Amino acid sequence: MDFAFTDEQMMIAETAKAFFSENATSERTRAAMAGDGIDHALWQAFCTELGLSGIGIPESAGGAGLGLVELAIIAEAAGAQVAALPMLGSLALCAQAIVAGGSADQQASHLPALLSGETIAGYAHDAALKADGNALTGAAGFVAHGGAAGLFVVTSNTGAWLIAADAPGVTVTPLTTMDQTRPFARVTLNSAQGEPLANPAEAIAAAHRAGFVTVAAEGLGVAQAALDRTVAYARERVQFGRAIGSFQAYKHRLADMVVEIEQARSAVYWAACAVDEGSDEAALAVHAAKSFAADTAFKCAGDMIQLHGGIGFTWEHDAHLYFKRARSLQSMLGSGNWHREQVAAMILGEAA
Amino acid sequence: MRLGFTQSEEQFRAECADWLNAQMAGEFADIRGITTLTEKAERRKEWEQHLGAHGWSCIGWPKEWGGRGATLAEQVIFAEEYARAGVPGRVNHIGIELAGPTLLALGTEEQKRRFLPDIAAGKTIFCQGFSEPGAGSDLASVRTKARLEGNEWVVEGQKIWTSLAHISDWIFVVARSEEGSKGPKGLTFLMMEIDQPGIEIRPIKQINGDAEFNETFFDGARCPADSLIGAVGDGWRVAMTLLSFERGVSTLGQQMAFRNELDGIIAAAKANGTASDPLIRQRIARAEIGLQLMRYGAMRMLSNTDHSKVDGAALTYKIQWATWRRNLGELAMDVLGQAGEVTGSPEYEWGMLPNLFLYSRADTIYGGTNQIQRNLIAERGLGMPREPRGDA
Repeated sequence: MDFAFTDEQMMIAETAKAFFSENATSERTRAAMAGDGIDHALWQAFCTELGLSGIGIPESAGGAGLGLVELAIIAEAAGAQVAALPMLGSLALCAQAIVAGGSADQQASHLPALLSGETIAGYAHDAALKADGNALTGAAGFVAHGGAAGLFVVTSNTGAWLIAADAPGVTVTPLTTMDQTRPFARVTLNSAQGEPLANPAEAIAAAHRAGFVTVAAEGLGVAQAALDRTVAYARERVQFGRAIGSFQAYKHRLADMVVEIEQARSAVYWAACAVDEGSDEAALAVHAAKSFAADTAFKCAGDMIQLHGGIGFTWEHDAHLYFKRARSLQSMLGSGNWHREQVAAMILGEAA
Repeated sequence: MRLGFTQSEEQFRAECADWLNAQMAGEFADIRGITTLTEKAERRKEWEQHLGAHGWSCIGWPKEWGGRGATLAEQVIFAEEYARAGVPGRVNHIGIELAGPTLLALGTEEQKRRFLPDIAAGKTIFCQGFSEPGAGSDLASVRTKARLEGNEWVVEGQKIWTSLAHISDWIFVVARSEEGSKGPKGLTFLMMEIDQPGIEIRPIKQINGDAEFNETFFDGARCPADSLIGAVGDGWRVAMTLLSFERGVSTLGQQMAFRNELDGIIAAAKANGTASDPLIRQRIARAEIGLQLMRYGAMRMLSNTDHSKVDGAALTYKIQWATWRRNLGELAMDVLGQAGEVTGSPEYEWGMLPNLFLYSRADTIYGGTNQIQRNLIAERGLGMPREPRGDA
């Protein structure tokens, strides 16, 4: 038992943190928000120059090895800057699904383009999907970065398919989305021909594990950054002749943020590590992490606005980027209530 | 980062569990499952000595002082198995977890020889004399006085909230040794024998009807001149060193006791049907998640070897567990309903869950209230300006 980063993990954290704080600037993120919600130059640098895209993907599949702990470290750093990147859809959900559930051929033909950033993939889930053989009919309403995707992993509750965005019968409608750094698209399938993943159950399970952990880690990054920026403001802003951070009402609110963030940090790395070690606790941990860290992100981003006063409500200030990202983290891949109900079912049995 | 335990650690776990279960099934079956610190105090002292005789009293201490020099992982394992086996809390936890480590860190060789073997053997039970009626959250404003008379310290004043003073042999006292000094300056840390005419203990009956805490009066109480840890006037630093041990491995054992309480709630919810109420299910899930995060927060805290910077997990631990447990008490009563508000005991004794509900109101107060914790987190953790002190 040693629940601390190794030297290598520390190095990855420093590299990722430096990369995102230098490059995923407010200015660049806002430029991406005006387009398809992706800073394409940043994504290229992330995938090719830094080679971070292969983390969490086995070397045998062309990745860099390592696991969800390292993926979480990167997602935390990306979340801290609200970076406009398709990491969640392309890497955490789709690449993980293909690694876990795809045949060797499917891995060889799809993973290299995802890891190089050449192709962006979107994860489209439709519980009511109709599959006539592999002819798929249905719709997924909220596919993250779906408008920029060249490839979709389409899932029902039991099946998983690969399908190109330009395949016949596929219609992609980009949606104006509250979080402009990760806009949704509606993906409609009308007898579109999917390529079934060899092991759909494994694909879905792996996408969920990595997706929950990645969302949680982003949430942790959002929450910590919201706190850090608020602390900086609390030192410089003066009212009634004192720094506002000297008021107890203000300090206590900051302290409450810290209490939640420290728990979220435990949750994220517990879940990531439990998955990597194949622990029995992994199933519970990923639900715990997703619900707790997303709620923490929202609380802290909301507090960030409140504690900044009027400036926090403006478009000019970055607080709204954190707030909107946090909201989207809460609802995507299952609400907090849903995740907690999964935990309840594990310890209490199914609801009557 | 690694969560699992090695094979040899798992073997150690089995060894701990076997021994503890055997004791709880045999000679000490009568104390198994006790959840208060006061029940069957004399038997609990015998248990302390039994632990000492078998080398299980303070396994993290160095071997030369009665410990086993156990690794961190081993201490974690022992604490978990201790609670899992239903062994009641340590009535000498102050001696084992606070006084002993403080002596190890700051005591003279002579003091170590004099106290550590007896603490380890369960023969010397310690209690803590910090708080006073006028010095609760503001610990530095203690007024109990100590003056040197010949080769003895003479102590006058009053301490309060002295947990388990009525069954303890020794008390450590923070007293004002410099006339007219204020705040953290001029304090001295003394160790005093309780059984003497100058010390009087009066129990304080609490909201749950129990009396774990006491008022301790010092009226010409005496101890030899060399009974101090650290130097004269250095008591604040010693006290702060001592309090830093409060976030040690014992927290893992405490968590296993919390686990027993949550399991009790889960069993009650299943039995009375509230387990199918979606709102109760959400709250039980939150409690479960909170408990797990407490465990992994403690693991992070214990794994942290970089003491050069403030450890957020350590700084937030107190408010985290105290708030969690207070919420747990409220959940317990919501699960039990009105049945939780009656007891079959004419002596006003309560079962585990109603007692949890009542007792947990103290958790967010003692050892630094939630409000003081928030100040500490903001000031020490985030570097916010300190609260100004009044002149009074």
